[in-house]
This record gives sequence, structure tokens and C-alpha cells, in this order.
Amino acid sequence: MSSSRPSDHFDSPESIAQPKLGLTGYLRFFWRQLTSMRTALFLLLLLAFAAIPGSLVPQRTSDPNGVAQFKFDNPDLYAVLDWFQVFSTYSSVWFSAIYLLLFISLIGCVIPRTRHHYIALRARPPKTPARLERLAAFTSADTEVDAATAIETATSLLKKQGYRTEVYGDSVSAERGYLRETGNLVFHTALIGVLVTVGIGGGFGYTGQRVVVEGQKFVNVLGDYDSFNPGRFFESDSLEPFRIALDDFSVRYELENTDALGQATNFVASVTTTQAGAEPQQSEIRVNSPLEIGGSQVYLLGNGYAPTITVRDPDGNVVWTDSVPFLPQDANLTSLGVVKVPDGLAEQVGIVGFFYPTAATLDSGALASGYPDLLDPVLQLSVYTGDLGLDEGVPRSVYTLDTGSLTLAAGRNGPEPALQLGIGDTVELPNGLGTVELSEVKRFASLDIHHDPSQLWVLFFALLVVAGLLTGLFVPRRRVWVKVVGSRIEYAGLARGEDPTLEAAVIDLAQKHTAALSLRLNQ
Amino acid sequence: MTQTLVTYSLIAVYSAMAVYTLAFIAFTVDLAKRSAVTPLTVELAETKKSAAGRATALLEKVVTEQPLAVGRSRALKAAMALTTIGWVLHAAAALLRGLAAGRVPWANMFEFSLTATAIIVGVFLAVQFWQDLRFLGALIVGFSLLALGIATTNYYVDVIPLPDALQSAWLVIHVFVAVLGTSFFALGAGLSVVQLLQARREAGQSAPRFLATLPSAETLENLAYRVILIGFVFWTFTLIAGAVWAERAWGRYWGWDTKEVWTFIIWTIFAGYIHARATRGWRGSRSAVLAIVGFSAVIFNFTIVNQFFKGLHAYSGL
Repeated sequence: MSSSRPSDHFDSPESIAQPKLGLTGYLRFFWRQLTSMRTALFLLLLLAFAAIPGSLVPQRTSDPNGVAQFKFDNPDLYAVLDWFQVFSTYSSVWFSAIYLLLFISLIGCVIPRTRHHYIALRARPPKTPARLERLAAFTSADTEVDAATAIETATSLLKKQGYRTEVYGDSVSAERGYLRETGNLVFHTALIGVLVTVGIGGGFGYTGQRVVVEGQKFVNVLGDYDSFNPGRFFESDSLEPFRIALDDFSVRYELENTDALGQATNFVASVTTTQAGAEPQQSEIRVNSPLEIGGSQVYLLGNGYAPTITVRDPDGNVVWTDSVPFLPQDANLTSLGVVKVPDGLAEQVGIVGFFYPTAATLDSGALASGYPDLLDPVLQLSVYTGDLGLDEGVPRSVYTLDTGSLTLAAGRNGPEPALQLGIGDTVELPNGLGTVELSEVKRFASLDIHHDPSQLWVLFFALLVVAGLLTGLFVPRRRVWVKVVGSRIEYAGLARGEDPTLEAAVIDLAQKHTAALSLRLNQ
Repeated sequence: MTQTLVTYSLIAVYSAMAVYTLAFIAFTVDLAKRSAVTPLTVELAETKKSAAGRATALLEKVVTEQPLAVGRSRALKAAMALTTIGWVLHAAAALLRGLAAGRVPWANMFEFSLTATAIIVGVFLAVQFWQDLRFLGALIVGFSLLALGIATTNYYVDVIPLPDALQSAWLVIHVFVAVLGTSFFALGAGLSVVQLLQARREAGQSAPRFLATLPSAETLENLAYRVILIGFVFWTFTLIAGAVWAERAWGRYWGWDTKEVWTFIIWTIFAGYIHARATRGWRGSRSAVLAIVGFSAVIFNFTIVNQFFKGLHAYSGL
């Protein structure tokens, strides 16, 4: 054993006697640990790693249907993952813990550095080291000029190059690039700014969705939204009063390029907007070009067909009529919609409709849509009778029909075949219940209304991040000294942080200086 | 007209690939020749240096540690010439594709691969004016060749009109900057790979002999760091430009879409890389590994995330 160790080796005692740490001692210890670069780096890499599961598994916020499907497909795995909050990874306890710790660590790093930088900004450049030749970048030249002139010339030269200077005897000490640390601090502080504005500012906003059929309008009050997601601090009286009427919705279909026949582009929602105390205005909403109104943005995020359906009783009295938005199911806009007629007929009637904008018959005899434009529209209806379940006051989706307690009266595998209508057709409902008419087909636009007062602040901080990054990474911070030793002038530089051009800068300074003193470099 | 241009573009791609293949062979021949450099040259180089050391201090500092001098091998010259020719063809292919489509040539995975590899090779060629990085030629050209091969066989799609969501000036800015970032990361990863090998050699472990003719691990690390810094700035800008565009197109600037997540992960890895250089115990090989992991994440983001992950960035056209 002893031979493999140096002779002066001293084995540490069995148990290391550590100093006793009180509560403050421990707190300080953990704070030091947390704010160390090593921990920050670990947290940063951990954050990258922890973000991965959220991209592998559908997220509640961005893909709620995906989550439902996942639950249906893998109920056991779902339970486990759900316990770990994987379906809302980015607001989960563990993900939040990592980034909060990281940001606390960041703050713990930024504050002392800011203080330190503040002092450095007001301090004079440090004393000239005794042995300049030991520094990384060093060069020298012979001189016959007296020291005072040489130093004076060097000082003005350095000042011109943006250095702060201080003369110490026969030498001048200079420093530049304070902006590097400033940029660095701005970068990190702006990151905190982004986090805070996203976290707090987002709470004052809201997002809401609304489907608007051509000819209908939307008023910005809570009750007029199809769905509404308020931020934490949102108050409903903060909704700006405005009204958006959808006058027309147009789509362009590709007719020439055979590789993309029927591809829909150029969606335009023409709207008339009205704000309190102002004249109505015509505007357009397009993809990539939202409407700005009342401090909110209105986005065009979807569209489809809304057949106008009228149901009459056997005497010809209208018991129900509306343009019903049918949800698109495929690229050719085969669309699915539901009509519920609770009153006015002998029984409650629920209708599930498939709408084919350009009907084509498959080999199986079933219908399908062959093209997304309205060339040969056909509406196919399955009719159910019985209890719609609307009377208990339980909220029901207008887009789905719970057929559990209903009887199929007409439709596939029903007593009568499904009803089929073209535009302008009226057909009899089964069981002599009455008639149903398809009078016209309108288009609908689904609008997203967003209000986020913080987003400009987020952008502001994001731009600060870039500005800080650029200055923090690319402004070189360096100290340079020019010293007269007898008949020699010495030049030296010291990099503070990454500085690949330091040597070149020192040599350049030496050349300029000696040229200014009309001297030859010491070759 | 469109079809003709598309055909010309494809012809240019295949020609570029043929020339790149020759360039790749020439680069590897050069590396093989470097392996044959005898240790005698080492002593020569060192004597030269110490002789130079006796001159003025000024000179001494300019001559930083030089690797083994290799005669400018013919193979290397040929390789660079071929790469340049291949790149002209390659750039023409991207340009023709853009003209055919009447828009920027990076709206689907095929076009993105085409343009991104053109910029990677372009950056590689341009960087030579700043630093002699020709030894990376085999890696960079080999990588681009592979990517072009995959793009033409697996990602090819015909020119179709741009979907509404992509009709935005941000398509030009956001994607182009992402490509620039990617190319600098590629270069950085290449340097880091060589750095790791060089570190092995310097530690006395077995490593390819041509490494003796390349810069030291520390020099490689510094080069990689500078290249990746530029990539990181571009990537940060990509992230922000993407958020601004997402706000216009989808109504929110950040929604943890799969592509957003991976762009964030990549940003975080490279942020880690930059900090690693300032952390004791992380300099050198460990940070090099981070750079390689980061670039692998970029590739993963482009290939696997685009094709197999569900998300809003569904523009692969496949």
C-alpha cells in the first residue's frame, strides 16, 4: 500500500470533521450550491431533457382530442402517465420545479454580478502589472522618445479605440468592452422578463372561439362565444364592446396544377366590424393576417359549410330552421352536423347529417365527397326519434347527438333509408312527422379571438434577449497596457472572457503607436 | 414552364451529387495521405519553431502552435475545386426549384433539405477565407451527400401551391435563419467530432493517424465554440421569429407544439454548451459531446419530428 503512495501522503481520518452548520449555514450552503454554475448547467440540461416527454405524448393544451384518444387506446398507461402529469408536461409540477429552480439560480447569479459590474463600471482600470511579458498577448518596441510623450500618445490612441485609460507612472492601463458584461446581464435579465411576462401577463388575457355563418354576426360578450378560456386574472367586464358580421367567405381552388387539383388557398373572410361610437367598417380576415379590433386579434382558423335546414310539421308550419355549421371530416370537406328538434313535432327528433359538397358514389354504394367546392352538393340525413335528453338542463354539445336513448327511424340499417337532399329539395320525415328542406348552403368561418395585453412585453424582452446575446458574446472585453521600460515600450493585453482577436489587437495597437511615434517596430 | 424548371433543378441536383461524390473521394484520399505523414516532419516543424522563437517577441506570439505541416496535397486541392463546382450546381438546383415554384425553395422537406445542404456547403466554403477548415471536407460533403440522397429518394414532392398558413414573409425569414443556424451547428458538430478524436490521440489512445496533421484539440474546441456561437445567435432569432409568425398564423406565440418543443430543446442544449465552457470540469471533451448531441437534436427535429410527431408544423408535404 505505502509504496504506491507518495512519501508525504497523509490518509484522511475515518470521518471528516465537517464544520457544524446552523440553519443559516445550511441555507447559505444550499444557496451557494443552487447558484453555482455547475448546478445551473445541470438544471439547463435537465430542462432540455424534461421537455422531451411533452413532445412524445399528446398535450391537453395543444391536442385535447389526442389525449382522449390516448386514454381510449392505452387506459393503463394513461393512468400512470397522467399521474406524472405527462399530458400537461409544461405546467406539471416537475417541469415547473426545474425551470423555477433554474430561474432562481439565474437570479442568484445575476444580482451579485450586477452589483459587481456596477462597481467595475465606476472603477478605474487596474494598476499595470509588473511583468507584462508574462501576459498572453505581448509585444515590444524600442523607443527614443521620452516616456511622458509615449504614454500620452498611447493614452489618446487608446481613448480613440474606446478604452478607458488611467496613467500609472510610466505606463497606461486601459480597459474596454464593459458592454460585454452589460449585454450578458441584459440577456439573462431579459430571460427572467420573458418568463415573468408570460407567466403573469398571460393571466390577464383570454382566448375564445366562435363559429360564424355567412350573414350572421358575433358580439364580443361572454355569452356569444362557443368556447372561452379566460386567464387567471381575467374579469368579464374587461371585454371590449365590438361586433363582427361575416358578410362573405371565399376560397380559391387550384384548377391548373394537376399535382394539387382542388387544393384550397386564399381563404378570405369579409367582415363588417362595429365598435362603440364608430362607423361600421369593412375589413378582411385571412390566414396569417388577423383582424385587430378593440385591443384583441381575431384569427381565421377554420371554415366549412353550413347548410340551411328547415323542419316543418305535417301542416307546413316551420318548427325549426337554421344554418347549421357542419364540421369538416376530410380534405374534400365531407362534413358532419347535427340538428335537434325538441319541440313542435309529434316526437323529439334528432338528425345526424353528412354533407358532401361534391357528391360521388363509392363502389360500395355509399356517398363520399370528391371535391371540396360546392359542385354537386348532397345532404344525407339519418333521423332518430325519442328523448334528446335536453329536458334535464344538462348542457349538451350541439355538434354531437347521443343516440343511446333514441330510435333510428331512417338511415343506414334503419327501417327506412337515409334521407337525401339537394339544394332546394324538400323531403318527408319518416313516420309522417313532417318535412325537412335544404334551402341553401352557406359557408362558415371559425374565428379565434385572442386578447393578450402582455404579448408586446414578451416581444420587447425577447428582443432584449437578442440584443444582450449579441453584445454579450461578440463585444470583446480586454485590458491593455502600454509601459515604458528604459528605452523599450512594452505592450500587453489580457482577455476577459472569450477573445480570439486579442493578439491581433495588441499588435495593431503597437503598430499604430509606434507609427505615431514614427518609430520602427523592434524587429 | 414549371415542369421544365423542376426537371432542370433535378438534373442539377443529381449532377451536384455526382460531383460531391468525387469531392468526397478526394477528401478521403487526402486524409489517407495525411495518415502517411512520417514523424520526421514533426521534428522538422519543431526545430523550425524554436528557431523562430529566438527572434523578437512579436514574431513569437504571431506564430501560434502549428500542426504538422502537410504539403498542400493535390487531392485536397482537387477536392476543394470539386466541392466548389458541386456547390454551384447545387445552388443552381435550389434556385431553379425556387423559380419553378415562384417562391422561396424551402416550403417542404425536400426543398428544405436541398437548400439547407446548399447553405451548409456554402458556409463550409466561405469559412475557408477565415480559417483553414478543409480537413472537415469529408465530413461536411459526406453529410450533405447523404442528406441529398435521402431528400431526393424519400422526401421528393412536386411543386404545389403554398398553403395559406405558409404565405407569409416570415417563411422567408424564419426558415432561412433556421437553415443558417443549422449550417453553423453542422460545422460546429464536425469540429467537435474531430476534437474528440484529437483529444483521444493527445491522451495517447489509438486514433487515426491523419489527426497529427490537424490542429490541437484545444484549437479545435475554440473554433467549434466560435462557430456554434454564431449558430446559437441564429437559432435564438429563429425561435423569436417563429414565435412572432406563430402569433400571426395560429393566434398564439408559443403553444408547445412538437416542433416548438424541439426547437426549445435544441436552444437549451446549445445554451448549456456555451455555459459548459465556463464551467470547471465541462471544458474540453464534455462540451464537445454537448455540441454533437445538440446537432443530433437538430437532425432529429428535422427528420423524425417532421415525419412522425403530430403537430402544427405539418409542412413536410409527404
